[in-house]
Amino acid sequence: MSVQDKTPQMSRRGVLRAAGLAGAAAAAGGQALAQAKINPAKLEPGKPDPTITDIQDWNRFLGPGVEAAPYGKPSRFEKETIRRNVAWLTAGTESSINFTPIHELDGIITPNGVCFERHHGGVAEVDPAQHRLMIHGLVDKPLVFTMDDLKRFPGRINRPYFLECAANGGMEWKGAQLNGVQFTHGMIHNVWYTGIPLKTLLNEAGVKPNGKWVLVEGADSAAMTRSIPIEKALDDCLVTWAMNGEALRAEQGYPLRIVVPGWEGNMWVKWLRRIEIGDQPWAQREETSKYTDLLADGRARRHTWVMDAKSVVTNPSPQKPLKHKGPNVLSGLAWSGRGAITRVDVSIDGGKNWQTARIDGPALPLCLTRFYVDFDWNGQELMVQSRAMDSTGYVQPTKDALRKVRGLNSIYHNNGIQTWLVRANGETENVEIS
Amino acid sequence: MSKFLKLSLAFGLATALSGVAFSQAPKPAAGKPAAVTAKVGLGRAALPEEIKAWDIDVRPDGTGAPVGKGTVKQGEELFLAQCASCHGEFGEAVGRWPVLVGGRGSLKHDNPEKTVGSYWPDASTAFDYIRRAMPFGNARSLSDDEVYAITAFLLNMNEVVKDDFVLSNENIGKVKMPNAGAFFDDDRTTAEKHFWTAPCMKNCKTGEVKVTGRARVIDVTPDSKTGPKVE
Repeated sequence: MSVQDKTPQMSRRGVLRAAGLAGAAAAAGGQALAQAKINPAKLEPGKPDPTITDIQDWNRFLGPGVEAAPYGKPSRFEKETIRRNVAWLTAGTESSINFTPIHELDGIITPNGVCFERHHGGVAEVDPAQHRLMIHGLVDKPLVFTMDDLKRFPGRINRPYFLECAANGGMEWKGAQLNGVQFTHGMIHNVWYTGIPLKTLLNEAGVKPNGKWVLVEGADSAAMTRSIPIEKALDDCLVTWAMNGEALRAEQGYPLRIVVPGWEGNMWVKWLRRIEIGDQPWAQREETSKYTDLLADGRARRHTWVMDAKSVVTNPSPQKPLKHKGPNVLSGLAWSGRGAITRVDVSIDGGKNWQTARIDGPALPLCLTRFYVDFDWNGQELMVQSRAMDSTGYVQPTKDALRKVRGLNSIYHNNGIQTWLVRANGETENVEIS
Repeated sequence: MSKFLKLSLAFGLATALSGVAFSQAPKPAAGKPAAVTAKVGLGRAALPEEIKAWDIDVRPDGTGAPVGKGTVKQGEELFLAQCASCHGEFGEAVGRWPVLVGGRGSLKHDNPEKTVGSYWPDASTAFDYIRRAMPFGNARSLSDDEVYAITAFLLNMNEVVKDDFVLSNENIGKVKMPNAGAFFDDDRTTAEKHFWTAPCMKNCKTGEVKVTGRARVIDVTPDSKTGPKVE
């Protein structure tokens, strides 16, 4: 399809009226060239580049007007920047997960439309006018709030936080399995949340002295629930209605979600409708049969809420091979649920030698942090790794070091160091190394 | 004058000295924790009927369990009609739907089977979850007695209770699950204390680094070029 096929007819007629016959003839020539699809790599040295010497369609004809896209979308040339599913992981799509295309993104903010999704009963389509938030249990006064009520509270705040599913990398415990950083590390996103501290609402209801645990529940068909200790609830949890400046997306819990900074994504209950205060945890399905970490000796860790420090190189990676010798930009993401990222080291020889990467942009606590290594590639084979360190002094372990403590059946909390093998032709593979 | 307006005025006065024209929440004095005690006065009292309609959680000790009961036999009939199409007639699962029965003694093996009987620490969790989320796609459609019956059947299939068992709000907090003792609280800060150690930077490995495993060999990665259709 040529570029012109997308040009609205009105614009085309406008061009013809304005430029007359000569313009129309040139337009036909331009269209033919656009269809030929110039490949810059195939250009003969010394010959002029037709993308420069020929007048391009977009340089001549009018484009769509301001009313063509009331809510804008990415360029149609960015069709690869999409969430993807691993169909064999789950029985159906309603209780399933997809993955953020982190290999196609840069900086630290995840665009709302590609934030990975995890649902237990599909996306609830909730009318905000019919949404209520109830607080009850061990409180002085059980309360019900409308969305309007919540947005009238004083003390509204904005915070950027990463949300990582505890199962991110869960398919890699027994060895390299999925050949793409989107699939090995894409159960993560990082957005700005707007809302009010949970403690503001708890204060409004008045938590009784024996109130030690908070149950949060969603309005979806799974009525998702998790128990949160009161210390965390009063520390930094948020009740949010907006992400990256706009209302939450339906798949991210519209109209209301709980933000549990630095802790596993399963606790960030979407479509939040109920908050109960109690004196013990509730041992819900998602904190007993799931999201507990089975060790090699058959015992299981529970309440493993915090996401440990982790990093990964997003470029190069299997979906983003190296294409050029000479100057290249290695890029990646680091994060920690325990604090801020203080340093990221990168190795290109499989962990023998390390150099400290350049962090650009803010390195905020509990927030994705972007790192780069600008390097020259001479075509040699690389074993690329990254290693994050956080403000508590925690150092991202190797996968083998993790397996030594946890065995192979933990599923959750795999924050081991990832290795990408970059071959001489630039192809990049997910590998495990000695 | 409403409580909210009064508070706003008070805050306005407090901040007027610093030249701020709008009312703001009070800031704690330096070095002191924020004492959040003032009520804003938003929201309304939750009615008992409303709390009852939404408060469906059941704790391991049985707190929250609704009055009711169900037998293993009743549960079997309900399970075959409502659950078996996904979970299998014996809880062995169809396709990739969750396995509910069996797996005892498998938790140390290469492929542990984590079922209600082999893994779940509390019987209440099964009741609570079935009541809030099952049958998949038709949640909240079962009566409390039906949920007791299905839970009783699952416990029976997992050899936790006998064939003539009747599960009820009276005894759900007393059922002993086989794997209850296997769970312990997060101990990473002690068990994994060695991860808080300054890392090596140079010559950290001896000998040649070799590839020991490749995702490509397993070949289970979705084709990156064939994602869902985009308009």
